[in-house]
Formats: sequence, structure tokens, C-alpha cells
Amino acid sequence: MLFRLAWRNIWRNKRRTLITAASVFFAVFLASSLACIQKGTWDHMLDNVVNYYFGYVQVHADGFWDDRSINNLMTYDPQDFKQHLSDQVSDVVPRLESFALASVGDQTKGVMLVGIDPEKEDALTSISNRLVQGRMIADHGLLVGEGILENLKIKLNDTMILISQGYHGANAANQYPIVGVVHFASPELNKQLVMMPLAQAQDFFGTNNNQLTSLVMNIQAKEAVPEVLTTLESSLAEDPLEVMDWESMMPELTQAKALDTAGANIMLLILYIIISFGIFGTILMMTKDRAYEFGILVSIGMRKGKLMFMLWLEIVMIGLIGALVGIGVSMLLVKYFELNPIKLTGEFASAYEAFGMEPLLPAAFDIPVFLFQALAVLIITTVMATYPAYVLWKLKPVEAMKN
Amino acid sequence: MNVIITKGIEKTYNPKTIPVHALQGVDLTIKKGEFTAIVGPSGSGKTTLLNIIGGLDRPTSGYIEVGGKDISKLSDNQLIDFRRENIGFVFQAYNLIPVLTAKENIEFIMLLQGIPKAQRDKRTLELLHAVGLDDKINKRPIELSGGQQQRVAVARALASKPAFILADEPTANLDSLSTVNLLDIMANLNMQEHITFVFSTHDQRVIDRARRVVTLEDGVISSDVYVDQ
Ligand SMILES: Nc1ncnc2c1ncn2[C@@H]1O[C@H](COP(=O)(O)OP(=O)(O)O)[C@@H](O)[C@H]1O
Ligand SMILES: [Mg+2]
Repeated sequence: MLFRLAWRNIWRNKRRTLITAASVFFAVFLASSLACIQKGTWDHMLDNVVNYYFGYVQVHADGFWDDRSINNLMTYDPQDFKQHLSDQVSDVVPRLESFALASVGDQTKGVMLVGIDPEKEDALTSISNRLVQGRMIADHGLLVGEGILENLKIKLNDTMILISQGYHGANAANQYPIVGVVHFASPELNKQLVMMPLAQAQDFFGTNNNQLTSLVMNIQAKEAVPEVLTTLESSLAEDPLEVMDWESMMPELTQAKALDTAGANIMLLILYIIISFGIFGTILMMTKDRAYEFGILVSIGMRKGKLMFMLWLEIVMIGLIGALVGIGVSMLLVKYFELNPIKLTGEFASAYEAFGMEPLLPAAFDIPVFLFQALAVLIITTVMATYPAYVLWKLKPVEAMKN
Repeated sequence: MNVIITKGIEKTYNPKTIPVHALQGVDLTIKKGEFTAIVGPSGSGKTTLLNIIGGLDRPTSGYIEVGGKDISKLSDNQLIDFRRENIGFVFQAYNLIPVLTAKENIEFIMLLQGIPKAQRDKRTLELLHAVGLDDKINKRPIELSGGQQQRVAVARALASKPAFILADEPTANLDSLSTVNLLDIMANLNMQEHITFVFSTHDQRVIDRARRVVTLEDGVISSDVYVDQ
């Protein structure tokens, strides 16, 4: 009965209810759509760098990540390392990586040269799926990012000269044929990554065949990361090795995400404060108009608590109508953009690429985002409902009914 | 049996600023089954007296007993419950909840009392019949005339089976035909169902229908007469 009464009451002033619900609708729609796009963009970008290259956890020689020096290498013995692994790590992927200059004709560019175990690497980052030309490397040749072809104006099967500083100051220089071209979603990787077989890289840099810069743990579930991290940290405590997860390997990215999210949350807060004023105006009118009626209801024996509940219902109903429609429409939109990500073009695209991000805005269909909106509206309306509750608490039927 | 007893009721509004002595010692006893009009010129204290009897306002001093209970000792919430269970109210106008139909308005108070649906439905129909509005059952107040609205208000007041009905100038906003009509219904309920009515008025046609006339002047009872109809 109270529900029916509240429901009918909110439609006594259709215009007012619709305007108020519409303001909630727009706020919720905007807030949840933007939050989903933002989350989607970040998730996508982090996924790109984590899944396509970094992996969730890496092991290096102590201090390697800070200076990235080819002289700071770890010694790796697969048999010996096995004892440190748990079920969550399906494989260990070895790498030897350093900077190099790639030159073809009169063009020279800096690249990231990585020696890999092609099979293990493929199991970790599925590079063979992203092969756009040529074939995977086996024991000779180079696999390069698609962007490098353009930058150096070369093509598949051409020979690339690589020059770098080798282990302990040795000169490293050699030339190799490009046997495959890979497309990376991250523009940074796409323009810089050059891969070759691990043995070839060790030969190029002049290291021993058990020396590496990094070991990437192939972890299936993101959720297992903290556990893997602690297990490795404790079992490798004696060794001169550092264990890092993707967040500590990319602190700028993690910070940028936190900053961006905080900024967006402040925007949402402002948005909600604005609609709160609108809702409050409606509540004010709703309460003022009906003093006489409240007087009658209390006179004939309706407890104030019940009446407060009825008014709370009215306010929450108006809020939730707006919120639910807003969430519904936003869900459709978000679902659409999850399946068909927005592709940025022109200046926006260049700006994104300058930050090493793919110019793509995929939305993340994230149920907690929607639930949070509904909860926020519920909380706002409930807080606002304290005003009519206060008015009712003070209400004296005789005075309310004078005129 | 006495349903209302007041002794030396006084009511002073704004005691600290410009005091208005609305009631200055009212002794009144109403017995079950009476049909009493409280009359007197505007400002004589009729509304003030009915509000105090109805537990809507508290006297400045004096003793008040309603349905055998000293209501001055009740808390605000207890007073609300007491009103719901013991007193039927009919106000001058706009008694009804605008978004509820005639039937729902009557049912509402029984819902607050927690009466089961079957019983509510039965009683609502009986009451609508008693006030002659069987055909208006699903009409909203706005679709009813002023007289019909007051009749629904009487039916609602009866719904909780109160000890008595208080009506403050129930006909003040009605034309003469509706006034006669409402009085007929009230008088009938009083004669046949022995419902106790206390109503205020300054309309001579209404006073003529009362069986007891209590006259207030400047906050005191100046006469109290039983009339044979
Ligand atoms: N809330 C109030 N505050 C101050 N004075 C009041 C108030 N209510 C009534 N009065 C005064 O008390 C007196 C009695 O009023 P009331 O009981 O309304 O008389 P009636 O119903 O017979 O017209 C009048 O002088 C009126 O002005
Ligand atoms: Mg009056």
C-alpha cells in the first residue's frame, strides 16, 4: 500500500518527476558510460603491454630494471630454477634484451633488441598469431615490429644491420635477414621491437649461453600474481635477483592510471553534486506543497515513521527511475562500444600514440561500475530524504492543517 | 457511559508573547450515543476544543479523559496510535488522500490498523453503502463533489470503529442540499448504529438537527441543552 501510494504520489506532478528523473538519468548515463570507457581504455592498454610483452612477473639480476645494463646479467639454469616454481607458473620464458641501433642504407633507428626462445615466447605472448608477413624465427634471422618496416623503409627478407655495445664493452655488430613481421597493438612496441633467437642474441652481445637479462613467468591468471610474487621473493631471497610485477615495472603507467581515475572521480563527484541540488529542489517542493495532507495523515493515525518511509520511497523511486533507465541505456551503449571500440583518428590518434597508447577506446562492460551508480543514487536520495524526515518530525498536525 | 470527560480545560496560545486565552475552563462530558453540536461564533474556541478532545493538541491545563483514558500522559506516537484506534476525524475540507480512490481512502486506515484484506473489503463496501456512494467506489476525490467527499470522509472516520467521531465544521464548505444530505447520513448512523458524533458548526440548519447543543462563548460554555427531535 505504501508502495502504491508513493508510486501514485510521484506522478501527481508528472513534469517535476520527469525532469528530476531525467537529470538523474543524464548523470548516471554519463557517469557510467565514461567510467566504462575509461576503465576499458586502461584495461586494454595494460593488457596490451602486459600480455603482448612484459608478462605479469619478471625476474632479473638485482638492479637490472633501473639501469637496463647489458653488463648486469643473471645466470640461468633451468634445472636449478624449477625448485622455485609453483603450480601457477606454467612456464619460464628467458630473454636477453638491450638497446641497439638498426640501420639499413642511410637510415638508422634505435630499437629494442630481444633474444627469445621462440616457442616459449609464443606460448606467453602468442606472437605467431600477430605475424603479418613471413614466418616465425627458428634459429636464425629477425622478427620485427611492423612499424620498423616503415621507419627504416625496408621490407621482408631485407637484411638489417644491428650495432650495439656487447657484454663488458665488447663491440656488437652483425647483420641478419628479416624473416617475419609482427603487428603489436602498442605503438611503442610496434616501432621498436626486434626479436631474434636467444642463442643468436647471446652470440651477438657476446655473453655466455646461460646469461639472461630477464626471466618472464608465464602466469595464466592475473589473480595469481600476488601469490607468485611472494613465493618467488622468499625462495629467491638468497640469490642476487630481483622479482618484479608489472605494476612495479611500469610505475608511470600505474600512476597515470590512478591519476586519471582520480580525476574522473572528481568529475563524477561534481556531476553528482549538481544533480543533488536538482533533487533537493524537487524534494523541497514535494514537502512544502503537502503539509496539509501530512497533517491529515498524522491526525487520522499514521505514524510519522511510516510517513517518512513513504516519502523516502517517493524520492528513491524518482531517483531510481532515472538511474535504472540511465544504466540500461548506458549498458547498451557500453556493450556496443565493447564490441566495436571507438577508433581515434587525426590529432587524437597521434596524441595517444605519442604516449605509447593504441588510439582505441574500447569500453569495459563492468557490472560494478553500474552497481556503483545505482548505489550512489540510492545513497544521495536517502541522504536528501532526511530533509522531509526532519520536516515531518517537527510537524504538528494542527498547525499543518491551518488553511 | 462517558466517552469524553473534560474538567477545567484551559488553552492559552502564545503564552509568552501576546497570550490568547482560547479556552478558559471548559467542563464537558459526552456520553455514548450522543449527537452533539458545539456551536458559537467564530473565534469562540470550537476548533481549539475539538483539537484537544481529539488529541491533536494539548491543553494548557485541565483534565481530559477520552474513552476512559487520561490522554495527557501519552507520548506523541502513543497519541497517534490512540487517535487511529479510538477517534474518527472529519475535517472541514480536503480530508481525503488525493491519489487514492474512495474505496482506498476508507481502506487506508484499516491498513494502518493491520486488518486483513477480506475484512477490509467487506467493511469498505458496507461503509460506502452506508454513506450512499456504492457507485463511486473507484472514484478519486477530484472526481467527487464536495458533499460526496465529506461523505467518504465520514465513512473513513467510521472505518476504524472508533468510540466517537469528531467533525469540525463538516458542512462549512457545502451547499444546502449537500449539507442536508450529510446531516441525514450522520443522524442515521447515530440513530441506527449508535455512533457518537461531536461536531462544531455555526450553521443554524445544522444546529437544528443536533440533539444536544453546547454553546461556547469566549472560551467558556455559556449553555448546554438537550433537544428533543
Ligand atoms: N494557533 C493559534 N495561535 C494563536 N491563536 C490562535 C491559534 N488558534 C486559534 N487561535 C485563537 O484562539 C481563539 C479560538 O480559535 P478557534 O478555536 O479557532 O475558534 P473557532 O473554531 O470557534 O472559530 C481565536 O481567538 C483564535 O484567533
Ligand atoms: Mg473553527
